[in-house]
Amino acid sequence: MSDTNSPGSDQGPGDTAWQEYLTGGGQAGGATAASGEPEGPAAPRRVIGTPSPAASHRMLPPQDDGGTQPPPRELPAGPEDPARAKKAELVVAACFILAGLAGLGFLVAYGIIGVGSIVAVQHSNLALGGTLSIAMLLLGAGATIWVRHLMPDVELTEMRHPMHSTEQEKAAFKETFEEGAETSQFVSRPIVRRSLIAATIPLAVAPIFLLRDMGPLPGTSLDTTVWRKGLRLLVYGTGDPITPAEFSSPGSIISVGPEGYLDDDDAMAKAAVIIIKFRPGEVDYTSQPHPVGGKVVANWSVDNIVAYSKICTHVGCPAALYEQTTHHILCPCHQSTFVATQGAQVIFGPATRPLPQLPIGVDSSGYLIATGPFHEPVGPSFWERS
Amino acid sequence: MSIDRALGGTGTWLDDRLHGARGVRVLLRKIFPDHWSFLLGEIILYSFVILLLTGTFLTLWFQPSMTDVIYHGSYTPLNGVRMSEAYASTLHISFDVRGGLLIRQIHHWAADLFMAGIMAHMIRVFFTGAYRKPREINWLIGIILFTLGLLEGLFGYSLPDDLLSGAGLRILEGVIQSLPIVGTYLAFFLFGGPFPGNQIIPRLYILHVLLIPGVILALITVHLFLMFHQKHTQMPGKGRTNENVVGAPMYPYFMAKTGAFFFFVFAACALAATFAQINPIWLYGPFNPVAMSAGSQPDFYMGALEGALRIMPAWQWAPWGHTFAFNVFIPALVPLGLIFGGAAAWPFIEQWITGDRREHHINDRPRNAPTRTAIGIGVITFYGILWAEGANDIIADHFDIPLYWTTWAARVGIFVGPVIAYIITKRICLGLQRKDNHLVEHGVETGNIRQLPGGEFVEETRPVSDERLAVLTSRVEHPPLPPGETAETDVPAPGMRGGLGRVRERLYKVVTESTPIPSSHGNGHGNGHGNGHAVEAGDGHEHAALGSGTGPDSGADDEGPQH
Repeated sequence: MSDTNSPGSDQGPGDTAWQEYLTGGGQAGGATAASGEPEGPAAPRRVIGTPSPAASHRMLPPQDDGGTQPPPRELPAGPEDPARAKKAELVVAACFILAGLAGLGFLVAYGIIGVGSIVAVQHSNLALGGTLSIAMLLLGAGATIWVRHLMPDVELTEMRHPMHSTEQEKAAFKETFEEGAETSQFVSRPIVRRSLIAATIPLAVAPIFLLRDMGPLPGTSLDTTVWRKGLRLLVYGTGDPITPAEFSSPGSIISVGPEGYLDDDDAMAKAAVIIIKFRPGEVDYTSQPHPVGGKVVANWSVDNIVAYSKICTHVGCPAALYEQTTHHILCPCHQSTFVATQGAQVIFGPATRPLPQLPIGVDSSGYLIATGPFHEPVGPSFWERS
Repeated sequence: MSIDRALGGTGTWLDDRLHGARGVRVLLRKIFPDHWSFLLGEIILYSFVILLLTGTFLTLWFQPSMTDVIYHGSYTPLNGVRMSEAYASTLHISFDVRGGLLIRQIHHWAADLFMAGIMAHMIRVFFTGAYRKPREINWLIGIILFTLGLLEGLFGYSLPDDLLSGAGLRILEGVIQSLPIVGTYLAFFLFGGPFPGNQIIPRLYILHVLLIPGVILALITVHLFLMFHQKHTQMPGKGRTNENVVGAPMYPYFMAKTGAFFFFVFAACALAATFAQINPIWLYGPFNPVAMSAGSQPDFYMGALEGALRIMPAWQWAPWGHTFAFNVFIPALVPLGLIFGGAAAWPFIEQWITGDRREHHINDRPRNAPTRTAIGIGVITFYGILWAEGANDIIADHFDIPLYWTTWAARVGIFVGPVIAYIITKRICLGLQRKDNHLVEHGVETGNIRQLPGGEFVEETRPVSDERLAVLTSRVEHPPLPPGETAETDVPAPGMRGGLGRVRERLYKVVTESTPIPSSHGNGHGNGHGNGHAVEAGDGHEHAALGSGTGPDSGADDEGPQH
């Protein structure tokens, strides 16, 4: 029941020699030579507060150990139950041997299973990962059984000391610090001190200057996209222009981009547009988001096809989901929901503004074109946006 | 003996140069207290080691470049597709490097384990009060490490430049852009111009593989050094006091156990990487700014931020030609800012309220600090609701709930949930305290009913064991505050004056609320109405088994206080 270890019980010859070596008192000549003259006795451990119930436990290192006496033995040398330990020894060894074999299997699997196709990678991953996992598991299991069943249970007690220094230590520190400050003349010669501080100020802000060229200033670039009058709407993916006749089934939605910019990610990050085909009468044109000059602009659509920016006005995800029955455009990132039949006004979610609408028409060849740029900045809100 | 030879040879060689024998011996005998929850910190340390090892492997092939290439490689479904070099090299690692997919998946799983470990470890430290003096500095370092871990993870999973992570970067850009005054400038500097540009991947790469891991490594070193220097806290128990540390020595016990634990952590990551696919970027496809999949989710540790963005109503204010995008920067900054800022300030707030400037090396059992525990559960509830809301589309889909209901539930829950959690937790803690008190005062019920000579039936109890008693009676009284303005004294003590003093008095009552500590005079006394004596006497298990204190024979040798 007791946690106390009986000190000094059966010391093996090897342990004695080691401890003598550690304390510099034995035959290990190197250590003694290194110590040269004997060290002063170690300061006794401080014990704070009332003696603890664990006072019977040994404290480490022993208080009277001045570095000359070998410390008495603190850990037992063997397990309490040798028969059980023998069994555990076999189990531990088996774990380690099997772990070694699994590790070998890992090397073999690396050698014989190639990669380069989806199926081969699956096999390789299973073989390499399986053998690696088994090796690690067995190493961990073996070590755990070793600790729990071969090493005897031990509980030792060590004293803590309070974190704060003693008054003498603090006083000595203060003295040393003040001595240094006085000797350096840092305090008594303010002109040196102040000029040094002044000299570092420009260097302190230099990094801010150095980072200036990380990017151009935004300017008004967020206000506009590459859309302008006459640019054809090309289907994203195929790159083909499209006529209203080809896009005739109501409820359809296609992602399009401006002619010449489909492969330009910087441009498309702002210029991506969806076009939606409605049945006649479904679209409420009076709710066009930004009537020009107080008048409703009804001619931004062609043949019941309406074009909206695909970039969500919340934080810029592509608003990619469209629900035909409700005519809702849903951004999959944060679920801002826009009503496509009513100028893409927000009916739910964190977005504050409708998706901007792109005015479209058809050119002489009958293809859909933009009849002008967006009339407001697309995408998320930003400070300079009015 | 081989130990002799090793120490005499290599050991002497080193000692001649380092004079290590004395110091290292003390180190080898350093005592480590044991408790399962102390393993949580080790999980973090070992996942970090795994991350460094596997991450280095990945850098041998990964190309942090946004230059467009046309893919022709082993993953045939993407042949001929335009993509960045970063994405193509990630495909190369996954399909053309032996072990590449495995190491990539171990890296990702280890990152998730790292973050999960940080959360669990932080929760353990909070609930046991292990952050109290003198460990406040380590608590603050831990919070910085948590924040750095979030950034490191976000930057890491953004590197492959796939469709999912590209959406994450797009959101990051939108969030930065929303910041008042400096937003657009910061976004343009970070991305080297408009989104996506061709700078962000190389920039995130160097932050991810050098700067942030370097800082994390340095802070972990300080964290561990302080833990070593201040000695680990211990759970309450027999023989454990605020002045000692009880456990097994580092060498050989802790070294062997922790070595085994490293293998288990590695095995867990390897098993997950073998059998559970993570971040299959080839299924998402390369980034393009036009496409987005439904059900997109960030890694779990970013879920709370995602949820905060989803939960926020569409508030915006656009006066004088400028836009305050409250709908974006409030959820991005406020919830996690409250949690991290509150966590950083809490040790000092608690010290101010309780006036407790003592060192604490014995951990609290969570029930013994009901208000702290209740606040902790409240914060976890707050975080948990945000986190669940971050997956509200998945929840709505799987449980067939209308999508907007989940958002509304979270909008209400974020305010109501933590309050309810606080109240319930506090009740549970006080109830558990009462149960403990009952055990201490009356002992363990045995289920045996005995009839007294007078005809009365009593249930026999036996005293709790010494080990258990030490745990049950580990609660310590809070030192009282100096007299305040409500006291009868003439002059309130400094720090107790004015409105702030009154607030402090009121908070003190809340924070220190507990059941009365059972009136036992030291362990054993008062246990089971004198049964503790029987235990102390060492002879008396029959004695101990008898009576609840009402029996004629139980009080015979009882000098302890009766009540």
